[in-house]
Amino acid sequence: MEKELQLKDLYDGFRDAKVIKAYKKLIDEDLKDYDGTINIMEVCGGHTHTIMKYGIPQLINKKINFIHGPGCPVCVMPKDRIDSAYELSLQKDVILVTLGDMIKVPGSKGSLQKARSEGADVRFVYSPMDCLKIADENKDKTIVFFAIGFETTTPMTCALLEQVIKQNIKNILFHINHITVPEVMRVLVQNSDCKINAFLGPSHVSVISGSKIYEEFPRDYNKPVVVSGFEPVDVMQSISMIVKQFKEKRANLEVEYKRLVSYEGNLKAQELINKYFKKVPFKFRGVGEVENSGYELKDEYSKYNAKIVYKDILPTQEVKENKACKCPEILMGVAKPTDCKIFGNVCTPTNPVGSCMVSSEGACSAYYKYGNLL
Amino acid sequence: MCLSIPSKIKSIDTEMNTCVVDTMGVERSASLDLIDQDVKIGDYVLIHIGFAMNKIDEEDALESLKVYQEIIDKMEENDRLATIEEAENCSNR
Repeated sequence: MEKELQLKDLYDGFRDAKVIKAYKKLIDEDLKDYDGTINIMEVCGGHTHTIMKYGIPQLINKKINFIHGPGCPVCVMPKDRIDSAYELSLQKDVILVTLGDMIKVPGSKGSLQKARSEGADVRFVYSPMDCLKIADENKDKTIVFFAIGFETTTPMTCALLEQVIKQNIKNILFHINHITVPEVMRVLVQNSDCKINAFLGPSHVSVISGSKIYEEFPRDYNKPVVVSGFEPVDVMQSISMIVKQFKEKRANLEVEYKRLVSYEGNLKAQELINKYFKKVPFKFRGVGEVENSGYELKDEYSKYNAKIVYKDILPTQEVKENKACKCPEILMGVAKPTDCKIFGNVCTPTNPVGSCMVSSEGACSAYYKYGNLL
Repeated sequence: MCLSIPSKIKSIDTEMNTCVVDTMGVERSASLDLIDQDVKIGDYVLIHIGFAMNKIDEEDALESLKVYQEIIDKMEENDRLATIEEAENCSNR
């Protein structure tokens, strides 16, 4: 190796404004003779934020249009699951533990934050492993880990379950809401209104699952997929790779994020997922029920399943969405946040109506935060 | 949810299978339970919700940075040539 890599390079090197500008020029050149628009769906909410934060829609050639995808686990969580978390948290012997922005999403009775103000013990942790300490300090309580996230967070839930079994811990249960990316992408491309011409593939889902999970999209649907890193240079380079594919009239699966993504992915993590979970349908908010897109604990682990242990108190009825909220259309990629009448006036980050405004990865939240650039 | 952070391994606890990493000056602990490669002190890893998910391929990261430098150089060279051409073709000369 000619030069030694510094930690700083992994940040600054992939955010360099000069490189972003150089890719802009390359993309312009490659699109010179291209007629029409290329609609690129960035599947992952992390990419939506990079795109908006660095003003890529303003910078990039007008022949490129971004469609924001459903890859935000908090955004696609249906209200009845939020209601389940709410009910669980109100049980007097329960400590409900979860990740991220889950705490702020409004269900039909309110958010977990509201449950907390009513006396519920709801905690937000940095790592699922923090549940072990909470369980040890609260032996008279049951810890329910409300597990959320795509493939990126699924193996971490398995690692916690493995410790629970190994250490014979009696007071940790799981409410599993893990979901997978390719199945929901398939629903989007099979939709007759689909305008997507190419995909920017998720970064860290692919670190776990490998780029192999996207093979069907170029092969069966003629949609190029480029797996991209999260930094703005990664995104610009990936767009440039997509544009090259259009120029050369081909549709392939390519990986820009080679420093972390392999074809096979993290096999140890995949093994853990297959050991503890089985595939089930999942009802995505906005998209509807998607076959094989959710995970659930295998039957032999049902004694750890909060859905079974607490089945008598969990709500069963379907919950209707707020009619004015356009989250469903936004998550399907057929509307932008600015098409929603309540965006930015009734619905804001401090008083969110829809989940896309709540999560820091949601498209509405990104538009609200950075959208004045548009 | 999915924004993991590149970090450098400072120490490894083989008994607990954890490591201490430096994330831009902040030190924290992470589990090595999910990592499927051998890691050593000084390696770069991706940290996500308390776990090292994968090792960062240093050679590949350096290769990307090299490519970026090349395209910057090419762009600057093109800009320079364009400026010369403009100056030479200037009708007011």
